[in-house]
Amino acid sequence: MCVCVCVCVRARVRGSQPASQPEPAQARRLVPGGASLSEAPPGTLEGKRVRRRDDGHIPPLPPKKSRFPARPQPSAHMDLDSVFYTHQHGLPSNPLLDQLPSYQSLLYRRKSSSASSTKRRSSMRGRFGSTSSWRWKGEKLEERPRSPQLNRPVHELTLSIEEKRRNKEQRMEQDKDLSSWKQWRLNTHRHLKRLKEDGMEVLSALQLWRGDIHVIEGMFGTGILSYFSFLRFLVLLNFVIFLLMFGFVMLPIIAVPYASGNSTFKVHDDAECSDYPSTSRQGLVVFHQYILDLLSGTGFLEKTYLFYGYYKVEAVHFPKFKYNLPLAYVLVTIAYLFLSLIWIVKRSAAGFKQNLIQDEDRFQSFCNKIFAGWDFCITDENAARLKRSSLLYELKTDLEEERIKQKIAGRTRKEKCRIYLLRLVLNLFVVTVLAACFYSIYKATVLSQESQLTDCNFIVKLIVEYLPSIVITLANFITPLMFTLIIQFEDYSPAFEIRFTLMRCVFMRLASIGVLLFSLWSQIAKCEDGNCSCGYNHKLYPCWESRVGQEMYKLMIFDFIIIGAVTIFVEFPRKIIVTYCDCGLAKWLGQQEFAIPQNVLEIVYGQTICWIGTFYCPLLPAISTIKYFIVFYIKKMTLVNNCRPATRPFRASSSNFFFLGVLLIGLALACVPIIVSIAQISCSKACGPFVNYATSWEVVPKTISQLPEELRSFLMALSSEAFAISLFVITCLAMFYVIALAGAHKAVVNQLREQLAVEGRDKRFLIQKLVQAQRKTMRSLSSTTMQDRHRPLYHGAENSSSEGLFTQLPPVSASSV
Amino acid sequence: MGNKQTIFTDEQLDAYQDCTFFTRKEILRLHGRYHELAPHLVPMDYTNDPDVKIPLALIVNMPELKENPFRNRIVESFSEDGEGNLSFNDFVDMFSVLSEMAPRELKAIYAFKIYDFNTDNFICKEDLEKTLNKLTREELTPEEVNLVCEKAIEEADLDGDNKLSFADFENMISKAPDFLRYL
Repeated sequence: MCVCVCVCVRARVRGSQPASQPEPAQARRLVPGGASLSEAPPGTLEGKRVRRRDDGHIPPLPPKKSRFPARPQPSAHMDLDSVFYTHQHGLPSNPLLDQLPSYQSLLYRRKSSSASSTKRRSSMRGRFGSTSSWRWKGEKLEERPRSPQLNRPVHELTLSIEEKRRNKEQRMEQDKDLSSWKQWRLNTHRHLKRLKEDGMEVLSALQLWRGDIHVIEGMFGTGILSYFSFLRFLVLLNFVIFLLMFGFVMLPIIAVPYASGNSTFKVHDDAECSDYPSTSRQGLVVFHQYILDLLSGTGFLEKTYLFYGYYKVEAVHFPKFKYNLPLAYVLVTIAYLFLSLIWIVKRSAAGFKQNLIQDEDRFQSFCNKIFAGWDFCITDENAARLKRSSLLYELKTDLEEERIKQKIAGRTRKEKCRIYLLRLVLNLFVVTVLAACFYSIYKATVLSQESQLTDCNFIVKLIVEYLPSIVITLANFITPLMFTLIIQFEDYSPAFEIRFTLMRCVFMRLASIGVLLFSLWSQIAKCEDGNCSCGYNHKLYPCWESRVGQEMYKLMIFDFIIIGAVTIFVEFPRKIIVTYCDCGLAKWLGQQEFAIPQNVLEIVYGQTICWIGTFYCPLLPAISTIKYFIVFYIKKMTLVNNCRPATRPFRASSSNFFFLGVLLIGLALACVPIIVSIAQISCSKACGPFVNYATSWEVVPKTISQLPEELRSFLMALSSEAFAISLFVITCLAMFYVIALAGAHKAVVNQLREQLAVEGRDKRFLIQKLVQAQRKTMRSLSSTTMQDRHRPLYHGAENSSSEGLFTQLPPVSASSV
Repeated sequence: MGNKQTIFTDEQLDAYQDCTFFTRKEILRLHGRYHELAPHLVPMDYTNDPDVKIPLALIVNMPELKENPFRNRIVESFSEDGEGNLSFNDFVDMFSVLSEMAPRELKAIYAFKIYDFNTDNFICKEDLEKTLNKLTREELTPEEVNLVCEKAIEEADLDGDNKLSFADFENMISKAPDFLRYL
């Protein structure tokens, strides 16, 4: 059917369209046969169509040729669009729209799976337009179909409370008609829900530092909040690791006298290797020697529960069973690494999903900032001001990024070569700097190890002991400054600059621990005559694990001291200078900013030390817990007193993922030395639980060989190559499948989007036609009663000033529908 | 529970608990806050459902809303008359939706209402410009504002009418990672 629909403008129908339309800049081509255009509608640039509901402007049907017609549509379809206009208060003027299935479908939507809160349910929502009108006119709900709403809880409806109450009363009335069994079930369900809510309230009150974190959130926003909740997570993680270690390794030994057990250990045959000289100080000991011992884990601390060397137990015999301590030691180590991995991954799962979505749709950034940019939790005036300026900064950065993108796209070949060359040179420079740092750490460790035997005064001794820590801290202080300086020359986009610098800093921090361990091991394995009879230098290091444990202990103590010292000696004076002094120095320094990335790196570094060190120093998690506990209060104090929030905003959404990502890198790095030392390095014969084994791992195969036949063969099968290879192949297959699935989903989403646009167009056309027909009928009815002139229907291009309703389109468009 | 309170009847409290995301204690606390805003206006005894509304000007001075650039719009969206006068029911409703337990879809509806300054069920470019100016306190130049609004509409508008209908808004919000955290 060739439907000619003619455009006519003038009459802005019913005058109730409050929104003004922006004038498109392009010139509008008239649809042939159309009348003048007085207003310009927003153009349908791409032929995408409006979906469902009452909206103000419906551009007319585009011509069929391209799905994305270039020309914007003329405005004259005001009258046609009037079918979709709403009254001022949102009442749809057309009852037809109410009956559309798609409107009905708005009453309930697909179940969304948001995992964050237990209270999030599947969705709900009354129809938006009608809801607003009903809210403001207080109409009743009964007209809407009840069935979709039955499944939704009352508190998720968008109604005023009176209406929700009525809804609830209606439901209760309906429930009375059900059988008593169902009623009982519903009642129990309600009671349980109440109970659960009360229980959750109690639990959340028990959460550590809840009040403090709320205060911080209110003052500084959610970016910094994520740092403190990360710190809380680490405290809990360390505490759990300590409980594991304590429960499985220390408790049996402690419980020996109380549970009437006895511990046995076999002395190794080779007397030379198993000679562990006493480390307690003899004779008259100066007081500061004890302080030195306390700070470096030597002397009276060495042969205590603190270090690996104390656990020289082969088995603990309790009355009922035999407890294999070496096996427990190895298994607990593996267990705490696994536990950390699972806990971190679980925590980061939500953030990862969000990050994935965000990265995919980078074009969403503007909308995200405008609509989800303001932090509704801010109550402090200063925080509000800062949030405003940070939003401003972000928007400006985004605009800047757009400009840079265009600039990059417009680069000539010569410029590209120059930039790449420059980047190469600078990266080489960075690598040299890193190499230099690592070499200095190596040298410092060697020096520290060699000088420990000489006798000097107290302070020098302390410095020598802590030399590796000092060098690492210095390197980690200087290199970030250098990196931020260098990256400015490399001409990346601002977002990439931040990320890349951060990556470099993370690498520097975590690799320095690795270098320290490597240099330590090279010292331990270096014997005078080249060949180590016991596998390690037993003269210098009769118990080398304890020595490594001591180094880790020192690193941790020093880290803690540095955090405290920087706060007291750098940040407080800075605050005092800036507040009370009005000199140029104060202006240049500015008030301290709480730099989230650096602080996060600090605590991840500490946590990596804890993970590595727990194998050699089982009490280290406890020390770490206490350390992070105190650090929380130190950081909170400095934040509240000294800092203003960063002007460069740190997105809260991606920050959680960033923290946990860096933590995972730390965990991965921590696993490497532990695995190497368990599986490869020969353990000391003079101390520790593995005296009778070549390596620490050997205890596992030996235990397995003592197990019953079936279990043994099962475990052997698990560790055989066949199993490993098939597992690997299956995992690869699963991964490829999932990747293919994701690609297919993306394609389907795009297809559906296009389809939606086309469908919307169809529906719109049909609604317009229907409404016109209705109006025609009504008008012809009223005109017969009022003896008006008849209007011909569907013919010709009658343009009347007030009521022209027909649009002429080229025939090709008609065939599009 | 143990305490005897005389502000609400038990049925009322039950109804509130069902209709919002709050527990009894929180509802009582909210009533305390509501009362604080206008002690002479708000009775302590709500058992017979008094019809009391607090005007907009008093509510936007609450510390929780004081610094929010959208405070006027928020209060208006939850009021029955659209002018910002909140009864206690509206008050509790508002905080229930803004609380962290409300689901994303619910918040999205009200967020749309809040950002729709001219209440025409669309977020048009003027609404966006007003939003942006409120956010940044007009510190962007007009060209920048224009550019940002255009880019935002370009990102979110699916149907090409140069405005954001609720469907566009909701689709965009579902991908906005900060929405739940901040609202």
